[in-house]
Amino acid sequence: MGPKGAGQGVELIVEGLGVARGGIAVLEGVGFCLRPGRALVLRGPNGCGKTTLLRTLVGLQPPLAGRISMPSESFAYASHADGLKPTLSVAENLAFWAAIFGTGAQGVAAAVGAMNLGGLMERPAQNLSAGQKRRLGLARMKVAGRPLWVFDEPTVSLDAASVALFAAMVRDHLATGGSALMATHIDLGLSEAEVLDLAPFKSRTPEQGGAQGAFDEAFL
Amino acid sequence: MTALLIRDLRIAFRAGGGFGLGLAFFLILCVLVPLGVGPQSRTLALIAPGILWVGALLACLLSLDRIFALDYEDGSLDLLATAPLPMEATVTIKALAHWIVTGLPLVVAAPVLGILLNLPGPAFGWLVVSLLLGTPALSVIGTFGAALTVGLRRGGLLLSLLVLPLYMPTLIFGAEVVKRGAEGLDTTTPLMLLAGITAGSVAALPFASALVIRINLR
Repeated sequence: MGPKGAGQGVELIVEGLGVARGGIAVLEGVGFCLRPGRALVLRGPNGCGKTTLLRTLVGLQPPLAGRISMPSESFAYASHADGLKPTLSVAENLAFWAAIFGTGAQGVAAAVGAMNLGGLMERPAQNLSAGQKRRLGLARMKVAGRPLWVFDEPTVSLDAASVALFAAMVRDHLATGGSALMATHIDLGLSEAEVLDLAPFKSRTPEQGGAQGAFDEAFL
Repeated sequence: MTALLIRDLRIAFRAGGGFGLGLAFFLILCVLVPLGVGPQSRTLALIAPGILWVGALLACLLSLDRIFALDYEDGSLDLLATAPLPMEATVTIKALAHWIVTGLPLVVAAPVLGILLNLPGPAFGWLVVSLLLGTPALSVIGTFGAALTVGLRRGGLLLSLLVLPLYMPTLIFGAEVVKRGAEGLDTTTPLMLLAGITAGSVAALPFASALVIRINLR
């Protein structure tokens, strides 16, 4: 169980969501409900708007339409980039996020165990391999101790053993009432995860009668 | 918040972190000016306040693009934007870290460089006071400029063009304090205006910077 917050699950409800990338609507009418203890995998071809959808859900960009409902400060987000500071050690990187999320040394210890970083603590992040960096990036989610985890392609550059480690961390999170939303192409072996294919939600172009207002977003 | 400050300072003081760059630039500038102007000590004393302030301003400018660019490139700015810390606090801490790494060393080094430029005796105290009051404004205004240009490739030059005009009031009143100090005149008015500019920018600009960052991250 996570150091803080993961115990009480949260519900994420998305209704009629439309998102735009670079001023062009990419998805519309997306709706789903993610309950505590459940995982949802977003699928879809490259460029279909998985990342844009996740960025909209975590509040990095405004939705074009629709409603996102979840308690405030209930999620942790892992983007494509790991957000590591190359000159700081693994321990310093984790301790920083633990301080930001207020989980302290306990949060760091849980994350180190979950992603098997014990032997790397004193290494500067710039000397890690790509897979080790990714593991450190994913460990940050455990450090955050939030009930809802949002992952964007979490398993890029991970080997089979690390993918298994990641799947175990997510499964443990789900078992303690947390939930996870992830965009991934890899089968994580999470049999309980539901799959949402985003292809049917592809936005129509204005010529086909799709949403027009998207263009303004690029200039705001 | 302290965690972010400690992290930024730690990164700045480690290899490649950029600590001392601004200071070294300031030093070189103040060494070059007497070489270019010549050894007439009266001329130097006359231009010293202006040169010291312009030097401090350019040294500050040098490290501005690092404030957000590195965090943007490695993705931590996205993660910070979704973290529990409000963006206003993040940009304020970033500006504070920039001031500690760049502004504060300038304040400390300026009197030594004043000797090189034959700054008149009574002006030394005023130089330190004016820099101490003025450099926080340089960092905060610079953070706003860095927020405007975050995500732009080769945004450094644009950043300078945006920020330098905004530095003018600080430069005018900062140099005026030292000039008046050197002549033994009353410095209250420019000092008050300098303090006012700093207080105003520290109070208002973090909100503007935070808004601009949120827009740039979209």
